Amino acid sequence: MSEATHHLIAASSPHVGSSIGTRNLMRDVIIALIPALCIGVYFFGPRALIATIISVAASVFFEWAYRKLMKKSNTVGDLSAVITGILLAFVCPVTLPYWILIIGDFFAIIVVKQLFGGLGKNFINPALGARAFLMLCYPSQMTTWASPGPSNWAPLGMSVSQDYIDAFTGATPLSSTFMHKPTFALPDGTGLWDMFVGNIGGCIGEVSALLLIVGAIYLLCRGVIRIRIPAAFILTVAVLSFIFPLGGNGHVEWMLYQVLGGGLMIGAFFMATDYTTSPVTKKGEWIYGIGCGLLTVFIRYFGAYPEGVSYAILLMNVCVWLIDKYGQPRRFGVSAEMRKAEKAAKGGAGK
Amino acid sequence: MELMQTLGPCVGLICEVDFLKQSFYGGVHPRGYKELSNREAVRPLPEAPAEVVIPVSMHVGAPCAPIVAKGDTVTVGQKIAEITGLGSPIHASVSGTVKAVEPRPYVGGGMVNAIVIENDCQNTFGSDLTPHPDPTGLGTEELIEIIKQAGITGMGGAGFPTHVKISSGIGKVDTMILNGAECEPYITADHRLMLEQGENIVAGARILMQALGLSKGYIGVEANKMDAVEHMQKVVGETADITVMPLRTRYPQGAEKQLIQSITGREIPPGGLPAHVGCAVFNVGTAAAVYRAVVEGKPLTERILTVTGGAIAKPQNFLVPLGTSFQFLIDAAGGFQAEVSRVLTGGPMMGIAQYDLNVSIIKGTNAVLCMTAAEAAPHDPEQSCLRCGRCVNVCPMHLTPVYLHLYAEKGMWADAEALRLMDCIECGSCSYICPARIPLVQSFRTAKGQLRAIAAKQKAKEAAKA
Repeated sequence: MSEATHHLIAASSPHVGSSIGTRNLMRDVIIALIPALCIGVYFFGPRALIATIISVAASVFFEWAYRKLMKKSNTVGDLSAVITGILLAFVCPVTLPYWILIIGDFFAIIVVKQLFGGLGKNFINPALGARAFLMLCYPSQMTTWASPGPSNWAPLGMSVSQDYIDAFTGATPLSSTFMHKPTFALPDGTGLWDMFVGNIGGCIGEVSALLLIVGAIYLLCRGVIRIRIPAAFILTVAVLSFIFPLGGNGHVEWMLYQVLGGGLMIGAFFMATDYTTSPVTKKGEWIYGIGCGLLTVFIRYFGAYPEGVSYAILLMNVCVWLIDKYGQPRRFGVSAEMRKAEKAAKGGAGK
Repeated sequence: MELMQTLGPCVGLICEVDFLKQSFYGGVHPRGYKELSNREAVRPLPEAPAEVVIPVSMHVGAPCAPIVAKGDTVTVGQKIAEITGLGSPIHASVSGTVKAVEPRPYVGGGMVNAIVIENDCQNTFGSDLTPHPDPTGLGTEELIEIIKQAGITGMGGAGFPTHVKISSGIGKVDTMILNGAECEPYITADHRLMLEQGENIVAGARILMQALGLSKGYIGVEANKMDAVEHMQKVVGETADITVMPLRTRYPQGAEKQLIQSITGREIPPGGLPAHVGCAVFNVGTAAAVYRAVVEGKPLTERILTVTGGAIAKPQNFLVPLGTSFQFLIDAAGGFQAEVSRVLTGGPMMGIAQYDLNVSIIKGTNAVLCMTAAEAAPHDPEQSCLRCGRCVNVCPMHLTPVYLHLYAEKGMWADAEALRLMDCIECGSCSYICPARIPLVQSFRTAKGQLRAIAAKQKAKEAAKA
């Protein structure tokens, strides 16, 4: 046998690679979002499903069209646009007109993501960036909530009715709580169990803490996300709201409402952990998670707006590179004592 | 298998539990493929090679100078090349006639001067070394001289001259570690060596400890070779001088820095050597070679290596004279059973790809690995970095490859250096785990080369000024 017959590849090591590629990671995130979608459809009716599908289709289309027009490689296959589409639908109310949702997808994919270079280059989370944009442009539609329940299933195919808007404006547990200043009375009839399973007013995908946690556990088990950011985020919110309950509420009850209400669960597990816009260092992840938690509580307590998660994450997004700079791991072979000694020696020489 | 792949990261990432308290940070767990050859007892080649090509550079340091010429007859164990600087002498691995002294293709790339010996297949032995059946009476100097004259270098791959390691470690070292981790996938040479020649390894370890003046030694073995751990424990016996330690099965457990960290908890400072933290690390194969040199009076002329991979018909472990060609070994293992894509010297994580099968094995060659295209790295095109941070999570040197790569890609060498690029041990964990298939290690090698060139230029400039 002559070696001339073999086509030998002389590449640089390593010569083997993990079987997990970008696509596999994204597919896992999509799988993890399905339970929350199911409960969203259960509580808010078929319109929730249609809105999600439209949002996904629009996102994928914009991604494909931009890459095509700009003569760049087609990146639809990495599935990241699908996730952006799902997440954007999840953080919008079910009553939002489809065309507004599509504008949001345009903003997320084209403006936030592709104009900065595509996957991995955007500096804020595309879905959250689009949500902030829609909140600015369409504030009333973005805060019109449908009540969960079987009535949502009755008008199959019906467009948004004026009834919904009249009946349910401003009816998430958090917004109603913060409306009742200065007592901050927790909403009657919305028990903690309802908050936990998602039987409350709110955006399509954010209502059910239970099923978001189910999805998050899947991601943690698959090693797709790491526990540090969501743990730091949720614990910070929990601790602060436990120490400082507003109005005449009990510490524990107030804390649970703060943790289960609003977008904290979807934000902590699915938005703050977005690879591109979160730190890569261990220390950085803790700092980032705590920062998100602090800002969430500050915005909820002192802002004009009851929901703080999305702006907290957006603000922390833009600090990520700075956080990573200070979150660099300890150098191998250099202990904390050695560094201190070195610093002391330097300081001494300086004097 | 599927379940294990799911549960592995689950346990590792959620809890971040280190199964053994003293371990290293990060690392990856590539599929082992050890089962291809780990039951195959070491055997000599079915027929001797007709010629061997012995490069004069088989070690870290300066190439040796040949002391034989074309037409000379040589015996097995006869010294054929002498040290010129840092290095280790080289001996004939077969008996016969020197056919040529000329540049030949080299496993490390390029051409290197080599001594070509035509094998007379008589296996006539002749060496200057004298056997010492009882080495306990030998002093440090004598032992170092024997090890030097026997041409022993590190057999794990790097090939640092063993006598230099010993003499530079005396007085600084308090712990000797034998490396039996064999953390690279596929390779089973050290595994078989431990099972079949455990006595030689332990005896060699005691000789090394005697030379270094030490009373404590460890043998580190990855826990995927529990049969080797148990066998070595039995061989060591009740005495407390050597501890056989099972180590967590995680690549790069056998990298020197990580091995020392796992066993002693000490970290080698940046730019430092094991001696800086009081350790001397030898491969188990090196210890066995030391035993043969000191007790049996045999210089290093052969070694055990694994010929394996999905393209090989009969993967196995051979005892091979140095200088045997890759092609000969592949044929001895039944040739190719499938289309071969990459032929490597060493394992798939750090091995060097060969483009010419006429290269010959050297003292540090522990495997000839022939991979099919399906086994080798996924051929997906490189995608853009997600910043997922997996590379940071697996880097055993506490680096941030994602940022290093950004700087290296843009030619910002100084920034990369500030992020400790030179600490990189090129283990390949980051490239292995990268979901976007970015060849991180490759770009770090380029950047390191650039930084070394810049440093050399600076030095030259300063020298010119002085």
